[in-house]
Amino acid sequence: MTRIVNIRPSRGAAILAGVLPIAALVLVYIFASEARHAANPADKVLPTLSAMADAMLRLATTVDPTTGRITLISDTIASLCRLGLGLAIATATSLVLGLILGIVPLARATLGPIVTMIAVIPPIAVLPILFIALGLGEASKIALIAIGIAPYMTRDLAAYVAGLPVEQFVKAQTLGANSWQLAIRVALPQLMPKLIEALRFSMGPAWVFLIAAEAVASDMGLGYRIFLVRRYLAMDIILPYVAWISLLAIAADAILLFVSRRGFPWAHGGAR
Amino acid sequence: MSALLSLHDVWVEYGDKIVLERVSLDIAARSFVSVVGPSGAGKSTFLRLILGQEAPTRGEVLLDGKPLRRECDADRGVVFQRYSVFPHLTALQNVMFGRECEQAPVTGRLFGSRRRAAIAEAEAMLEAVGLEHSRHVYPAQMSGGMQQRLAIAQALIKHPRILLLDEPFGALDPGIRLDMHALVTRLWRERGLTIVMVTHDIREAFKLSTRVLAFDKRRHDPHAPHRFGSTATYDVPLDRKADDAAGTVADQPGPAIAPATALSLSNEEAE
Repeated sequence: MTRIVNIRPSRGAAILAGVLPIAALVLVYIFASEARHAANPADKVLPTLSAMADAMLRLATTVDPTTGRITLISDTIASLCRLGLGLAIATATSLVLGLILGIVPLARATLGPIVTMIAVIPPIAVLPILFIALGLGEASKIALIAIGIAPYMTRDLAAYVAGLPVEQFVKAQTLGANSWQLAIRVALPQLMPKLIEALRFSMGPAWVFLIAAEAVASDMGLGYRIFLVRRYLAMDIILPYVAWISLLAIAADAILLFVSRRGFPWAHGGAR
Repeated sequence: MSALLSLHDVWVEYGDKIVLERVSLDIAARSFVSVVGPSGAGKSTFLRLILGQEAPTRGEVLLDGKPLRRECDADRGVVFQRYSVFPHLTALQNVMFGRECEQAPVTGRLFGSRRRAAIAEAEAMLEAVGLEHSRHVYPAQMSGGMQQRLAIAQALIKHPRILLLDEPFGALDPGIRLDMHALVTRLWRERGLTIVMVTHDIREAFKLSTRVLAFDKRRHDPHAPHRFGSTATYDVPLDRKADDAAGTVADQPGPAIAPATALSLSNEEAE
């Protein structure tokens, strides 16, 4: 009999198999929601799909009279700006530091311990410090995201550079490369796909830090909205917001993967 | 005979362990020296010594009469068994790399007429190793033999004083290996190269070289095996000449002296 580890689904079957659990989850939700509404038509814990659609439509189309903005759009823009800036700062920092730590042993000896030390601090524990030092505005939220993921990415990238075959660096030196050329012509290009990969893996933690910061002190943003309407038990807003955040995360991941495949075909074994 | 490279009473020690001891030899320009020996006999250490990846604990290594710095440099080219080419560059970019490093210290890239000159030179070099149809191919899409051809082209563009080969054909299948022997022989003859090759394959060593060095330990202490290092126990000159244009690789005659005789001769010499 064929071993189960050797059964490989075809492409169509794989898609179908992947959709099934998601469809099952949605179905279970619909049935549970129906059951609760049959018992109590005013139930707020498991809102019906139509109730969620209504709530989202309202947030996505009508202008909030108190702020003068469309809530969903302003929340999304505010959160994505924070996330984008935090990720950009973390990416730039970790790229430069990772490169230097990876190829200059002297820098590794000097900066390695402090990067390790910062990396083990739980970022949420630093949040009060950031609020005190940077105020309750945008800076502290962006700083939390950057501080939360930069040390991890730095260590990841430094380890990757240090793990490149030593033969490559020797060969480059026999071809006349100086330290700078080793960095920008040998290490940096090979680091780029790894950078995107590290960024993809850091997206999850980055969202956690964003929502935590928004939950604590903010007046706009996806995380802020969820924690705000929680007071009114407004699951018809919370659940679609969570789904919207997941959708944004999936889209960001897909875009990064596309950029990596397109920009660095040699790293994905493809042709030019 | 002009000595291009000289080792004078070289010792290499790692802490307590002696890897190489009392290695003294001269390597003439345009010679093809093969280094053979059992695993752990210091063949690779010997190569890294010439490459500058390692410094002698005692003694000195001279290139053109000047002591080597403990750093790899452009006067010594190298081809490793693996990882010799850059995976993120196409064949052409791999070969151009040496020129770009030399002429563009800050950007590492060439533009305009200098770039066109470098491309022309790199294309000629690719043609010399038989890769003229693969210039835009990445190494991951090449066979092992093609990658080694590319690695050789990449090293030769710098016209190194010495070309070091570290088991360059060890990972190739036998047919490809024969092609590579022919290629290396042709390049060595045409370009007047000086080659030092480390190999496990004694037949390969005798087939290609003008001189075979066998590394091993002369003395053994069963209680402290690490306290005696290896040295060139046999040094066999062969009659293969760089300008022997008539001889092709396929029907290369064997060494004029039978290996066994040669070994005993040089053994006596060494004692």
